[in-house]
Amino acid sequence: MKGSEILLEALKREGVEVMFGYPGGQVLPIFDSLYDSDIKFILTRHEQGAAHAADGYARATGKVGVCLATSGPGATNLVTGIANAYMDSIPMVAITGQVKSFLIGNDAFQEADVTGITRPITKHNYLVKDVKDLTRTIREAFYIASTGRPGPVLIDIPSDIQLMDGEFIWPKNVEIRSYNPTLFGHPGQIKKAARLITAAKKPIIYAGGGVISSGAHKELKMLAEKINAPLTWTLMGIGGFPSTHELALGMLGMHGTAYANHAIMESDLIIAVGARFDDRVTGRLDAFAPYAKIIHIDVDPSSISKNVNVHIPIVGDAKNILIELLKEIKKTPNTGDWLKTVEGWKKKYPLSYKDDGKLKPQFVIEQLYEVTEGEAIITTEVGQNQMWAAQWYKYTAPRTFISSGGLGTMGFGLPAAMGVKVGCPERVVFDIAGDGSIQMNIQELMTCVANKINVKVAILNNGYLGMVRQWQELFYKHRYSQVGISSPDFVKLAESYGAAGICVTKKEEVRPALEKAMSIDNTVLIDFRVEPEENVFPMVPAGQAINQFIGGLA
Amino acid sequence: MKHTISLLVENKFGVLARIAGLFSARGYNIASLAVSETLDPTVSYMTIVVEAKDEKILEQVKKQLNKLIDVITVTDYTKKEHVDRELILAKINFAAKDKNKLANIFHKYVGKVIQHKGDIAIIEAVGDSTQIKALLEVLDKFGVRELIRTGKLAISN
Repeated sequence: MKGSEILLEALKREGVEVMFGYPGGQVLPIFDSLYDSDIKFILTRHEQGAAHAADGYARATGKVGVCLATSGPGATNLVTGIANAYMDSIPMVAITGQVKSFLIGNDAFQEADVTGITRPITKHNYLVKDVKDLTRTIREAFYIASTGRPGPVLIDIPSDIQLMDGEFIWPKNVEIRSYNPTLFGHPGQIKKAARLITAAKKPIIYAGGGVISSGAHKELKMLAEKINAPLTWTLMGIGGFPSTHELALGMLGMHGTAYANHAIMESDLIIAVGARFDDRVTGRLDAFAPYAKIIHIDVDPSSISKNVNVHIPIVGDAKNILIELLKEIKKTPNTGDWLKTVEGWKKKYPLSYKDDGKLKPQFVIEQLYEVTEGEAIITTEVGQNQMWAAQWYKYTAPRTFISSGGLGTMGFGLPAAMGVKVGCPERVVFDIAGDGSIQMNIQELMTCVANKINVKVAILNNGYLGMVRQWQELFYKHRYSQVGISSPDFVKLAESYGAAGICVTKKEEVRPALEKAMSIDNTVLIDFRVEPEENVFPMVPAGQAINQFIGGLA
Repeated sequence: MKHTISLLVENKFGVLARIAGLFSARGYNIASLAVSETLDPTVSYMTIVVEAKDEKILEQVKKQLNKLIDVITVTDYTKKEHVDRELILAKINFAAKDKNKLANIFHKYVGKVIQHKGDIAIIEAVGDSTQIKALLEVLDKFGVRELIRTGKLAISN
C-alpha cells in the first residue's frame, strides 16, 4: 500500500466520514487515493474555511473534525483555524502535505516549517519521516485530539512519504507513556467540595465549555437542582444548561447579564465546572468575587489557579467528577434567601433594549428564536453579532451554540455553519453574522451552494465594525477610526453564488423574511439593515470589576 | 530567584523547540540548559536554570511543561534536595612566574590547568555553583580572557 492509501485507511479506522480541504502540489498522492475512497470530501474555497468547517463539525457532533491542505500556503491558511480550535479546546486533526522529505529545509517551492509554525497552537504535532510511522501517528493524533482537554493535532506528511510503499499495520491500542490525562477526580477533594457546598449559603455554579466537551450537561442540571444554586455560564458554556430554567442566570462577564455578575460578586461559594476564569469573565481580577471560596473542576491542571486562586481544585473529567460529587452531597444547603436576592436582581436588571419601532438587532434574534422554535443550531461571527446571539437566543441543549470564544475569529461563523450542517444535516443551521465578519470568509457561500449545504445566514448589517465602533464611542470620545465598512449588495451577491438573498429594512419584515428563509431549500442570506449605532449592553469596561457595568436601557 | 528544573523527555526531534517555546512565549530567558541522552536512549534528560520574577508564572510554566506530550516528568529542584555540578573551561593570562601561584590555587579550589601555550592557560573546573563562583573570583586576578560553561546539571539524592 502507498502512504496515501495507508493514510485514508487509517482515517476510516478512526471513523472519519468527512473531510474538509483543498488540494495542491504536495498532497496530489492523497487526492489520487481519495478518488477511490468513500470518505466524503468537501472542497472549500479557502483553506481557512476548511479548518473552521472541521472545527464547526467537531463542535456540533462531538467527533474529531478533519481538514486537509497542501504544504506552504495551504498549511499557513489553516493556521487561524487551528489556533481557533486550540483556544476553544476543539478536537481536530489537520493533515498537511509537506515538500519531499529530502528537500525539507531547502526553501523548496511551497515549503514552510509547518510543525514549527503550529507548535504553540496545537495540542501536539507530527512530521512523519517514515511511512512505517504513519498508522501509529494517526492513531495517536486522534487519541490526543479527543482525550483529556481536547485540541487540534497536526500531521505534516512529505509527499514522498505519501508515495512510499508500506505495510498497513493498525496498532491495537495507543500507549503514550508521557500522556495520561487525569479523568477521575480525587475522592478526598470531592468530599471536601461536598462539605463546602453543604455549608454554603450563597453558592453559584459557573459552567464553561468543559461541560459540553465532557457531555456533563445532565449531571450539571442535577447538581444545580440538588443544591438549589443559581447557575451562570461562559460564552463557551452556552447550551450546557437550559437557559429557560428558573435557576439559569445567563452568561456572565463583560457582556453578561447584570444579575449573573451581581450573583457571582456576592456569592460565598463558586463551583466552577470546565471553565477557566478568562479575563472576559473575571474583569478586574483583584476585585473578583471577594467573598467566595472556589471549587474548580477542570480536566487541565494548568487551568487551576492560573488567574484566580482556587480553594479546592479537582482535576478530572467534569462528568465523572459531577457524578461522584452528587453522591457525596447528602444535605441540601438552604439557599432560599439567596435565591430571593438573585431573583430581585433579575427583576431589577433584566436584559433589555429600547424598542422604538426601528429595526433592532436584538429583535431579529428574538424573532429568529421564535421562528426556529429554539431548535436551530446557531453559529456566530465575532463582535456585536456574537454577543447579541449569546444574549437573545435561548439555548436549551449542548452543541447548539457554535462560536469562536478564546481566539475571537472574525469569519468563523459561515464556514463553521457549513461544518455543522454537514455533521447535522437534519438541523436548521443559522449563522448570525455582522456585515464585517461575513466578508472575511464570504467565499464559502460557493462551497455551501455547490455541495447543497443549506445554511442560513442572518447578517446584522449596521454598516460598521460594530464592536470596535462601540468601544470607540464609549472609550475613545466618539472618534470613529476606520470602522465604517461598506458592503456589496448582499442579495445580488447571494444570487450570483446561486444562493437566495433577502433584504430586510423594516421591523415588520423580519418574521416573514425568516419564515421565507426557512422554507427555501437552498442557502439563504438575509441582509438585515439594523440600527447602525446600537450597542451591546450591559457592558463591563475592560479592567473594571464585573459589577461595574454600563447599563441596559439608553 | 533562580530555579533549577529537570525534565525527562522523549528523545525526538522538535522536543527542545517545544520546551524552549514555552519559556520564550512568556518572555523568560533560559539561564542555562543542558541536554543529553539517558541510560534509556529513547529518553533525554534536561536541566534548565531559569530566572523567575513571578513564582505564579513559573508554576504555570511547569504545568504547561507537564502538558507537553513529549515531556515525561518535570522536577523543580529549587526546594528539593539534589546535587548539582557545572563544568567550565576558561582561558586565563599566564606567565611562567605564576606557575606555583596557580598550582596553589588548585590545591584550595576545584579545577586544574589542562594546557598552557605561550601566555595563555586553559583551565577546567567541575563544581557546584558556590565552588565555581569562588574559583572564578580568584582567577579574575590573572585576567580571564574567555569563559564557557556547560550550564548546571542536577540530580536528585
